[in-house]
Amino acid sequence: MIWDLHCHFPGFGGRTPEEAVEDMLRLADRMRIERFLLYMGERFLHDPTEAELREQNDWVLRAVARGRNRVHGLVYLSPAHMRTSLAEFDRCVRDGPMVGVKLWVARRCREPEVDAIVERCAAQRALFFQHTWAKTTGNLPGESSPNDLAELARRHPGVPLVCGHTGGNWTLGIRTVRSLPNVSVDLAGSDPTNGFVEMAVRELGADRVLWGSDAGGRSWASQLGKVMGADLPEEDKFKILGGNLKRLLTPILTAKNLL
Amino acid sequence: MIADTNVTLSRWPFRRVPGDEPEVLVAKLRSQSVTEAWTGSFDGLLHEDIGGVNERLASDCRKYGAGLLKPFGSINLRLPDWQDDVRRCHERFSMRGLRLHPNYQGYGLGGAPFIELLEMATERKMLVQIAAVMEDERTQNPLVRAPLVNFAPLAAALKRVPEARVQILNSGRLAPQLRQSLLAAGHVYLDIAMVEGVYGLVRLLEASPAGRVLFGSYYPLFYLESATLKLQEAGVEGAAREALLSGNARALMAALQ
Repeated sequence: MIWDLHCHFPGFGGRTPEEAVEDMLRLADRMRIERFLLYMGERFLHDPTEAELREQNDWVLRAVARGRNRVHGLVYLSPAHMRTSLAEFDRCVRDGPMVGVKLWVARRCREPEVDAIVERCAAQRALFFQHTWAKTTGNLPGESSPNDLAELARRHPGVPLVCGHTGGNWTLGIRTVRSLPNVSVDLAGSDPTNGFVEMAVRELGADRVLWGSDAGGRSWASQLGKVMGADLPEEDKFKILGGNLKRLLTPILTAKNLL
Repeated sequence: MIADTNVTLSRWPFRRVPGDEPEVLVAKLRSQSVTEAWTGSFDGLLHEDIGGVNERLASDCRKYGAGLLKPFGSINLRLPDWQDDVRRCHERFSMRGLRLHPNYQGYGLGGAPFIELLEMATERKMLVQIAAVMEDERTQNPLVRAPLVNFAPLAAALKRVPEARVQILNSGRLAPQLRQSLLAAGHVYLDIAMVEGVYGLVRLLEASPAGRVLFGSYYPLFYLESATLKLQEAGVEGAAREALLSGNARALMAALQ
C-alpha cells in the first residue's frame, strides 16, 4: 500500500484540474501508488492574495471531485490572510472534502497567528502540514525552518504536525524535531540521498516517518527509491510508504466517509 | 543486466553512507543486476595525493569487484604534473576513463589545461567524466560550498578536440538549453542519476540524440533504486530499455576502442 503525502499540479500534464488528475492517476498506477494528497494550484505562489488562495483551492477541489476517492486535498492557507484562511478552512475542510492544511512560505509558522489554524485542525482531526527548509543558501523571508515548526509544536503538544521535507537538510531537521513526539517528518522533495530514511527511523522511530514525493516537480521514482532502497525491515517500509499516513488520516477520512 | 556509469568508492567527506564499504557496495550492485560499474573515488574531490587516490581505487576495484568495478581515475588540473596522473591511470592501471570534479578544485573548462586533458584522454582513448554537482547546493556544508560546474565553455573546448568523449554526470540541474547545445557540440553523454520530475526522463530521452543517455545511479550517495525506478516511471521498455541500461554504455566504450 503506497500513499503519497505530497503532490502538486506542476510537472503533470493537462490544462484543467480534471485533465491533470487523470494524468496523475495514470502515472500513479504505473508506480503502484494507491492514493495521494494534492495541494496548491496550477502554479506556485509564495505569498498569494486572498483571491488567489481561493482559486488555488478551487483547483484542488475540482481534482478531488474527479479523483475517484484516490486523491485527497489539503487546503492552502496563509497566515498573512487569517480571516480568509479560516473561512477557506471551513469551506474546504469542515464543510468540504479536504482532509488537512498546507502552509508554505508566506509567513513563518512560529508566528502566533498560526495557532488558530492548528486549533481548527485539531477540532476536525485534520492533518497539519508545514513546508520547512534549512537552506545553506538562505531561506526566503517567510520560509519556515524546522526550528520554527518545533516552536509551534511545543505550543500544541497534543496536535500531530508534519515537518515538510524534514527541513530539506535532513540531518539537521531530524535532530530538531526529535524530542517532539507530535511531529512526523515528510521525506519529500529532496535528492534521494542514501541514509536519509535509515537515520529518520533510527532517531524518530518508523511511526513518525511519512513518505511523500513532491511530484510532479520531483520524480515519483527518485522519491520512492528512498524507501525501496533503504536498509530497513519490510514492516517499517510498509508504515512509511502509507501505513502511517493512513493512520493519521483515518479519523477524518472516516468522518467524511472517504476511507 | 545494467552498466552503471556513476558509482563511487571510498568515503563521502561529510557523513558515512550505507554502501560505502566496498564489500557492501559490490553486493548491492550485484543484487540489482549491475554487471559493470564505472567507479570513481570520493577521495578525488578533496585529496591532493591523487596518485594515492587512484592507486587505492584501482586496487579496491580489483580486490572487491574484479570484472564488475571499472576504475575511473581522478584528475585535479590544479595540481602540479597532473599529466603524469593521466599517464598512470592509463598505463599502470589500464583505466578506461577519468573523472573530474572542477567545482571542488577551483578550475574551469575554458582554460588550456582542460583542452590539454581532453587531448591526452582522446589520444589514449579514454572517456572523460565531469561531475556537474555532487550535492544540492541547499544542503551543502556552509564552509565547503561547491556550485554547479559552469559548462558554458565546454562547447568551444569540444570544437578544439572534436573526437573527445565526455560524459556529464549528475547533469539533471543543467539548464535544458545549455544541455542541448552541449549535446550538439560533440560527443557528449549524460546519465540519469539527477534527472527529476515525473516526466524528466521521458523529456531527456526525447531531447537527446540516440545513444547519448546512459544509466547512472550515483550509488552509494543516492539510493540505487532511485535510478532503476525511473525506467518504470518513464515506461521505457524493450530495446530502448536495454540501450539505456547497458547498450549505450557498451557502444560508447566500443567507440573508444
